[in-house]
Amino acid sequence: MNYKMEINNVNLFYDKFQALKDVTIPIAEKQITAFIGPSGCGKSTLLKSLNRMNDLIEGCLIKGKMLLDGEDIYGGMNVDILRKRVGMVFQKPNPFSMSIYDNIAYGPRTHGIRSKAALDEIVEKSLKNAAIWNETKDRLKKSALGMSGGQQQRLCIARALSVSPEVILMDEPTSALDPISTGKIEELMSELKKEYTVIIVTHNMQQATRISDTTAFFLLGEMVEHNVTREIFSNPKEKRTEDYITGRFG
Amino acid sequence: MSFRTNYDKDLKSVFDNLVQMCRHIEIALEKCVVALTQRDFELAKEVYEEERIVDKLERKIEKSCLDILLLEQPVARDFREVSTALKMITDLERIGDQARDIAEITTQFGEEEYIKKLEHIPQMAAIVIQMVKDGVQAYIGREIELARSLNKTDDKVDELFETVVNDLISIIKKNPDNAKQAMMLMMIAKYLERIGDHAVNIGESVEYAITGVLHKKNNQ
Repeated sequence: MNYKMEINNVNLFYDKFQALKDVTIPIAEKQITAFIGPSGCGKSTLLKSLNRMNDLIEGCLIKGKMLLDGEDIYGGMNVDILRKRVGMVFQKPNPFSMSIYDNIAYGPRTHGIRSKAALDEIVEKSLKNAAIWNETKDRLKKSALGMSGGQQQRLCIARALSVSPEVILMDEPTSALDPISTGKIEELMSELKKEYTVIIVTHNMQQATRISDTTAFFLLGEMVEHNVTREIFSNPKEKRTEDYITGRFG
Repeated sequence: MSFRTNYDKDLKSVFDNLVQMCRHIEIALEKCVVALTQRDFELAKEVYEEERIVDKLERKIEKSCLDILLLEQPVARDFREVSTALKMITDLERIGDQARDIAEITTQFGEEEYIKKLEHIPQMAAIVIQMVKDGVQAYIGREIELARSLNKTDDKVDELFETVVNDLISIIKKNPDNAKQAMMLMMIAKYLERIGDHAVNIGESVEYAITGVLHKKNNQ
């Protein structure tokens, strides 16, 4: 098994509050890893740490190692390069207030691509890979804000793909979407894992069982159990995991 | 503390009904065997009523399980409980049918003398009744060793079945006039042998409910 990312003995503090406690998880390459757990358990904190989104939060201190292809992402790696290699999709679709085309071309342009032909190619490829090309090819110059919520989220995925990332982080990417849009995104994720490593935070247990290869359960900053998704949901080893996924605490 | 009160109530109701179904199966089996050995036709007819109750419970449990799967999407031990219940009721219902079949054949013998002293068939019956009881106890008490032991016990039932078959073949060879009754006894022995197999299935279902691991035979 090849590990694209490795989270080794990570402790994360927001001032005196410890949000992550000695978390260790290997992230398998070209697989979907789901992080589950109740609100405030640290799963989104961990996800954001994987492309250093917590850097700007005052008082945030991280101990331990997070590796991308064996390289410490907090050990001198250029943050822009890291965020190009590790993209992110958020809970609520957040297209820029510009055209569909420019939303996708924005990232590549900031990385120095100026040629129209090259940008056209990237836009088309990204939209195709995000399964939204057919719906947008005739309205590329129209505002992205005129799209439906589900389309906007797929546009945001296309935007993340436009800079050719290796890992895609998704923070509850379908929680604001209807079942049809959710289905499209889930199907898309299964396609994406052929080329990318995907990590998703989800509160939807059925979503985790449907799409993920492995699942990690978090509680109060601790990673309680990480295993093949089928095992987690059929035969969890830890009582706390069982109590959470079956809707029982205590 | 659980905050899924209705869900817990539904799961408990499946468990309670399944235990009740098991109890009626035990009664049906015991009655059909006593009816056979003591030629008690009235008792044989009582088996029909037990079988009707078993069928009714099967439908009730099946509906409850399907409702839980559809509405609650159970996972982990809850999922194993519900899927085990669905499997167990199929085996229990078949055992109920076979108890009724034995009771029906018993009434067909009428006053006719048995062509041989019933020896191995009651032995088979005693073992399979105990197997079903053990399967039920393993389910109620989560007793994995008891569940696993059923496979081995079934070997004894299979041996006895072979013995009955050979005895009946000899009897038919000696006097073909005995063929009709021999065939009826053979069918009873076959039903008992099948009941043993269903008890083994119950043991495997219970093992899955406890461990989450499918029995090797099912994995092949």
